[in-house]
Amino acid sequence: MGYSKELLESLEAKAQLLRRDCIKCIGVGVAGHVGGSCSSADLVAALYFYKMKYDPKNPEWEGRDYFLLSKGHVAILQYSALAEAGFFPVEDLMRCKEVGFYLQGHPHLGTPGIEAGTGSLGQGLSLGLGMAIGLKMDNKSNRVYVLVGDGEQNEGQIWEAAMAAGAKKMNNLCAIIDNNGLQAMGKIKDRLDSGDLAEKWKAFGWNVIEINGHDMKEIVKALDDAEECKDKPTAIIAHTVKGKGISFAENQVGFHNAALTQELYDKALAELS
Amino acid sequence: MAYTNQRTAYGETLLSLAKENKDIVVLDADLCGSTMGKMTEQALPEQHVEMGIAEANMASVAGGLARVGKIPFANSFAVFSAGRAYDQIRQSISIGKLNVKICGSSAGVSDFGDGATHQSVDDIAYMRVIPNMTVIVPADPNEVVGATKYMAENQGPMYMRVNRNDYPNVTEEGAPFKIGVPTVMREGTDVVVFACGIMVGKALEAAEKVADKISVKVVNVSTIKPMNKELICELAKDCKGVVTAEEHSVIGGLGGAIAEALCKECKPIEFVGVNDTFGSSAHSYNDILEYLGLTPEHIANAIELIYNL
Repeated sequence: MGYSKELLESLEAKAQLLRRDCIKCIGVGVAGHVGGSCSSADLVAALYFYKMKYDPKNPEWEGRDYFLLSKGHVAILQYSALAEAGFFPVEDLMRCKEVGFYLQGHPHLGTPGIEAGTGSLGQGLSLGLGMAIGLKMDNKSNRVYVLVGDGEQNEGQIWEAAMAAGAKKMNNLCAIIDNNGLQAMGKIKDRLDSGDLAEKWKAFGWNVIEINGHDMKEIVKALDDAEECKDKPTAIIAHTVKGKGISFAENQVGFHNAALTQELYDKALAELS
Repeated sequence: MAYTNQRTAYGETLLSLAKENKDIVVLDADLCGSTMGKMTEQALPEQHVEMGIAEANMASVAGGLARVGKIPFANSFAVFSAGRAYDQIRQSISIGKLNVKICGSSAGVSDFGDGATHQSVDDIAYMRVIPNMTVIVPADPNEVVGATKYMAENQGPMYMRVNRNDYPNVTEEGAPFKIGVPTVMREGTDVVVFACGIMVGKALEAAEKVADKISVKVVNVSTIKPMNKELICELAKDCKGVVTAEEHSVIGGLGGAIAEALCKECKPIEFVGVNDTFGSSAHSYNDILEYLGLTPEHIANAIELIYNL
C-alpha cells in the first residue's frame, strides 16, 4: 500500500506538534517525562491521526478503537493527542496535575478519551486484553492498541498478558513497544537486560513487526499490517530514541523525568518547531 | 432446598445469573474446580474465560472487560484473587470504579489442609482499605446466594469472601441480601457480639452458652464496607461492651472496622480473631479453628471478660 507524501508529512507535523505540547505542558522548573513522551510521539500521532476510529465529541462511542497507554508516565503525550484531536481544549493541557483536575499525572478514567487508569507499570496490556476479549464476545470489530514501554518489559504481568493473548489468538489486540533502550535509572542493557524482545514476543505466540519508530511510513504500514494478521495478536517493536527531536535530551537517561531551565525550554521548542 | 456449602451456592447462583445476563463473564485462574466457576464453564463456556495461573493478569483483564460493558466475576482462592492481585485491583479496577466482582474463595482458614500459604487472614483488611471497594463476608450459603445476586445487579468494584467447607445456615433461605445493613440474629442487652462469616454461627452458640447469666445480642455484619457506623453505634448503645468475632486477623478486619465505628462511644471491645499470626495446616477445619482461637468457647470467654469488667 502506498502512502502519500502529504499524509506522511502531516503525521510527522502532528508528532512534532504533540512534542511541543508536551514541552509546554511540562513548562519550566518542574519535572516532567520529556524523554519517553518524545520517543513515543510518532507512534501516538500515527494512531490518533491516521489509524484509530473515534469521535472526540462522543468519547464513549461504541464503534471506537481503544488506545491504552500502559507506560502511563507519559500521560502528557496522550493528553496532547486527545486535545489536538478535539476531545478537550488544548488550553487545558496547561492545567495538567492541578489538584482535582481531570488531567492527572497519570491517565485516569473520567478524562475524555482515556480508556484505562495506568501508571503502575505492566497492567495496560492486560486491561487491553480484557477489552479485546469482551469486544470479541460481542462480535465487534473494534481494535485495541496498547503502548508499552521497553523498561516495562521487566514486569512479569506483561508476560502473563502476552501468554494469554497469544494463546487466545487475540487478533484484535496490538501491542506497540516503545523500544528506546532506556529505563529510569539507565540503559536497559545495563539495568535489567530484556534480551531479544522480538524472539520473546514471537515465542509467546505474537505476530512481530520490527520498525523504526520514528519513520512514519514504517509506522503506518505496521499498523495496517497488524490489522491484516488474522490468527495472532501483533506486537510492533518500535525502535526509538528517547527524547527524540530535542538534541540535548536524545538518549539521555537524565531526561526520563526532568525539569527544564528556561534556556532549555526555549531551545526544545525552537528545535521542535 | 438450601445449600449447605458457600462455594456451591456461589457457583450455582453465578451460573443462574449468567444464564439470564449474557454480559456476566466468569474468570478463573486454573482453580474453577474449587471456586465452582466450573459450573459456568461447563454450562456456558462462551461466558467463562480461563486465565491460567496468572491472577494479576486476570484482575486487570476483568477491569478491561468491565470497561467494555461486561460484568466480570474473577475467581480464585482469596490469597490469590485478592492478595496476589492487590495492585491490579487497586489500579486497574478500583481507581476507575470499574464494575468488577472479585471472589475470594477458600477464604479465611477454610482451606485447612494447605496451610498458611493458602489461608487468608488479612484479605478483609487490605480489601476494605481500597477506596470504592465494597467488601462482603457472607455468614452462610444462604447469604452467598443473596450477595452474589446483589453483586451482579449493582455497579462498582466488590469483593466477597467465600468459605470452602460445608457449614450450616444461620440465616433464612431466600431472605433478600441488604448491603450495609447489619442483621440482629439474637436480641440481648448486656453484651453485643458483632460477627461475620462462619463466626456468626459460633457467636450464636457462645451466646447460648452464657445465656443463664449474660444477655447477649448477636449481630451479623456481612457487609464490612460500606460500614453502617450509625447502626453499629445504635446496636451497641445499651450494651456494656462489645465483642467482635471473625475468621481473620484481629488487625484491620471486622474488629478494626467496628472499633472505628464505635471510637466515640467509649465501649470496651474484645476482639476474637486470628492474633496477628499466620495459619497452619491442619487435619480438619475444626482443628485449625481451635488452634487459632476461633471457637464458641473463645467468644464466650470474651463475652464474660467484657461483662465482668
